[in-house]
Amino acid sequence: MCLGIPGKLVEVYQQDGLPMGKVEFGGIVRETCLAYTPEAEVGEYVIVHVGFAISRLDEAEAEEVFSYFDQIGEAAALEDEEARASPEGNARGSRETP
Amino acid sequence: MKFIDEYRDAEKAKRLAERIHATVTRPWSIMEVCGGQTHAIVRFGLDELLPEEITLIHGPGCPVCVTPVAILDKAIAIASRPEVIFCSFGDMLRVPGSEKDLLTVKSEGADVRIVYSPMDALATARDHPDRRVVFFAVGFETTAPANAMAVSQAARLGLANFSVLSSHVLVPPAMRAVLDSPACRVQGFLAAGHVCAVMGTEEYRPIAEEYRVPIVVTGFEPLDILQGVAMCLAQLEAGRAEVENQYARAVRPNGNLPAIRQIREVFEVVPRKWRGIGEIPESGLALREAYAAYDAERQFGVGHIESRESAECIAGEVLQGHKRPHDCPAFGIRCTPDRPLGAPMVSSEGACAAYYRYRRGFDDRRR
Repeated sequence: MCLGIPGKLVEVYQQDGLPMGKVEFGGIVRETCLAYTPEAEVGEYVIVHVGFAISRLDEAEAEEVFSYFDQIGEAAALEDEEARASPEGNARGSRETP
Repeated sequence: MKFIDEYRDAEKAKRLAERIHATVTRPWSIMEVCGGQTHAIVRFGLDELLPEEITLIHGPGCPVCVTPVAILDKAIAIASRPEVIFCSFGDMLRVPGSEKDLLTVKSEGADVRIVYSPMDALATARDHPDRRVVFFAVGFETTAPANAMAVSQAARLGLANFSVLSSHVLVPPAMRAVLDSPACRVQGFLAAGHVCAVMGTEEYRPIAEEYRVPIVVTGFEPLDILQGVAMCLAQLEAGRAEVENQYARAVRPNGNLPAIRQIREVFEVVPRKWRGIGEIPESGLALREAYAAYDAERQFGVGHIESRESAECIAGEVLQGHKRPHDCPAFGIRCTPDRPLGAPMVSSEGACAAYYRYRRGFDDRRR
């Protein structure tokens, strides 16, 4: 029930005194209440839960998950270097077979 | 779709899993709090990518599952009235009450309608001034702002024929209840991303400090969950117990302030009974006195109903992570999504439903 779907805000308007918008999810457009994300602008992505935008998606933070992979890549390369340099061989492999 | 597809990249998932394999040195048990995360884990087989040292324990974060049977019986009593249009999210309809479920009541002629949003129920009230429209307001902190808005909008628009049957629950007290249980095996948490999108991350700090458990606020896509596990594991291995935020693209430390304000305007914190778990202090939200006119429980006088639970259902133990769905002798035999004994078998966030859908016929060898 806490399902929240990211969608793109394509239109904003007022209705019954509430800020409202149309949000597109892969071609499907749904009416969404923007009372909790009043600063959201057309073109931005929001997370929608039961007809309410509960959060604006931060594009810079969204990239963070992927920068984590760059770190993993560097760390793994470093470990491979160490593994090649050490007589015990690959440190990662040795842990998998205790 | 943007913000979904890129978090399902199999190659990146494999690299994250490799990282986790390389980090782990001993057994750890990590609880994912939210049932949405449980479903992603079982659906994408994320637990099978993890080293055998890491056990994922499924948590109580399924609002449908923890709604007390007495509330369901009240819902059924109200929905059965001829003047009522009873509106609910879809997955409450098959949850068994003492005698029957809402779907049965509907098939017997009651006007029970599935809605996508509480605002749809509000629109129904406006369209049918001659009927009494009741919305079944169930949910965690994620859903509370929406339900609070429906009530406050009803008050603003003067819709006297609208009310809500409220059974709201809160996550942090449930995490404390899990940790306080003598049978608790949980050493770290993946906290529920969307609950934190509303409430922020600060209320988890005292739990991390008091119980010395790492808590990583985590999203719902495969890469989110694997990264959440990796971050939690790094803390466990280093002996740290901090609150970290994996889901920063949606979660700010202070949460969503207008949403929190709206929750506080309409609701107050109360003790709440959790189905299968029992009463947890300060773990629920109830309508404030100022909004009593919109409280279906008061408006319909359904205060005293004798309720019965299925004696065979082990939902309580599944919800607290003590047992897995496969440990139940009724699983898939006397309990299925069509004929459920308990709510976790029907909810889209229930652990039993996830195992039935994605793991039926397999032994759960991991536990």
